[in-house]
Amino acid sequence: MPVPTGGGRRKPSAAVLGLVPFFAYTSVFLVLPTVSVVVGAFTDSAGRFTLGNLSAALQEPYLTALLTSLKLSLVTAVLGVLLGALLANAVVTSPRAVLLRHVVSSASGVFAHLGGVPLAFMFIASIGSIGLVTRALQAIGLDLYATGFSLFSFAGIVVVYVYFQVPLMVLVITPALEGLRPQWAEAAHNLGATRPQYWRYVAGPVLLPALLGSLLLLFANSFAAYATAAALTNGGVPLLPIEIGSLLSGNVIAGQENLGKALGLEMIVIVAALMGGYTLLQRRASRWLS
Amino acid sequence: MGAYFLVPVAAALEFALRGPNGTHSLAAFRDIAAQPELVPMLTVSLRIALGTLLITVALMVPTVVWVHLRLPRLRPLVEALSLLPLVVPVVVLVVGVLTAFADAPNLIKGTPAILALEYVALAMPFSYRALDAGVSAVRLPTLVEAARSLGANWPTVLLRVVVPNIRTAIVGSALLTTALVLGEFTMASLMLFDTFPTWMVRVGQQQAGVAVGLSVLVLLTSWALLLALSIAAGRPRGATSLFRRSS
Repeated sequence: MPVPTGGGRRKPSAAVLGLVPFFAYTSVFLVLPTVSVVVGAFTDSAGRFTLGNLSAALQEPYLTALLTSLKLSLVTAVLGVLLGALLANAVVTSPRAVLLRHVVSSASGVFAHLGGVPLAFMFIASIGSIGLVTRALQAIGLDLYATGFSLFSFAGIVVVYVYFQVPLMVLVITPALEGLRPQWAEAAHNLGATRPQYWRYVAGPVLLPALLGSLLLLFANSFAAYATAAALTNGGVPLLPIEIGSLLSGNVIAGQENLGKALGLEMIVIVAALMGGYTLLQRRASRWLS
Repeated sequence: MGAYFLVPVAAALEFALRGPNGTHSLAAFRDIAAQPELVPMLTVSLRIALGTLLITVALMVPTVVWVHLRLPRLRPLVEALSLLPLVVPVVVLVVGVLTAFADAPNLIKGTPAILALEYVALAMPFSYRALDAGVSAVRLPTLVEAARSLGANWPTVLLRVVVPNIRTAIVGSALLTTALVLGEFTMASLMLFDTFPTWMVRVGQQQAGVAVGLSVLVLLTSWALLLALSIAAGRPRGATSLFRRSS
């Protein structure tokens, strides 16, 4: 009988021991805090089971915060998907520009991951009331702030969020665009298809799951974000993460100590549903684009 | 399309360099260097980053290697756990951390050590992915068998065979982790710790120019490091290609 390669025939129970550090670490620092949020959401201040926290979480002012957060996420996810796909496509189809790809992918990584606070300040410098872009627009007779726009309002947050949504879109959609084989376009062309027909009947359907999946991912990304809005508006625009933050900072009404956890559970449920959908769509997308 | 990234960076530079009466000078960068809290705050964040990095490498490299070698069946479970931070928003995780560790010894919850410990978890989606991709790209079982049959013990295999082969992945995950620590505001501010990002926001409320200048420096530095790594990792490999799958 041949000796099994890879030494993989030890008792599985012994091999699992090698993963004990990882499981222990994630249990203590990820799972335990998450469970305490979920349990807390169903517990009143005396430690008894209750649904009161959850029903309070779905009433004003938190209902408005939830709806504003959902609206913000939808708008920035749609914008992020459209602009990000265009940018990624421009980079992927540019011939032999290896350096350009390195520049765009590393810049996307920085913008998407470092994001938050530095981005907020860069936008104060760009389209804040005395920012460069604001002044440039004034110089050509366009007064941004006369239109009622403010960086510290809903519209302002949309602009800043789009700046971390687009790079994330570039990062997640580039592999899918690279998976589009040139032979498909050539085959379609040889069969007499026009360029729009190729996108409508060949590339579009193949890319659709990846695009929809990215939409869900971007939605979740913006829904969960706290730092940018907190640094930018100081809580001026009601968003769900901001409300949780201000409950943590001590604005708690007696008897509602666990309200923040109910809001937290609400966020977990929504983000988990989005990420579940994203995973399913990614799996569907990889059928053609691997 | 380049304008998309460049306009805010250029605007921020112009803003930071803006002097009184429409002049421009490097005074803002002198102001940055003159901030008494700059060095202490940067030191705090760099120490947190170092702690995060050490734990991440010590925990994740053996885990990913072990999963690939011995327990490929558990790979989906490990991956799912490492992706959990994407499902639990940071602001919610803070609520849980403050509850779960309310009775923990002060040494853990009262010092920035808790930030390093949690940042390891927050960085897992990136660190796991980067290391998993790095390990998938080399013929790990072959390498490990060769080393083992030559008499190497496990620590030697890990340090002198596996780590050198996935060093790009390790450096990549290290850079992303550092960027995360230097930019992380949510958890640090809500747990009332003073770190580089929270200090930046505080300074920005009085001296916007200083905060904008700092933002540009942080973004450009991280970008330059990532770009260098991306180019270094993307160059054709000679001798090592023997151990890389062609796919």
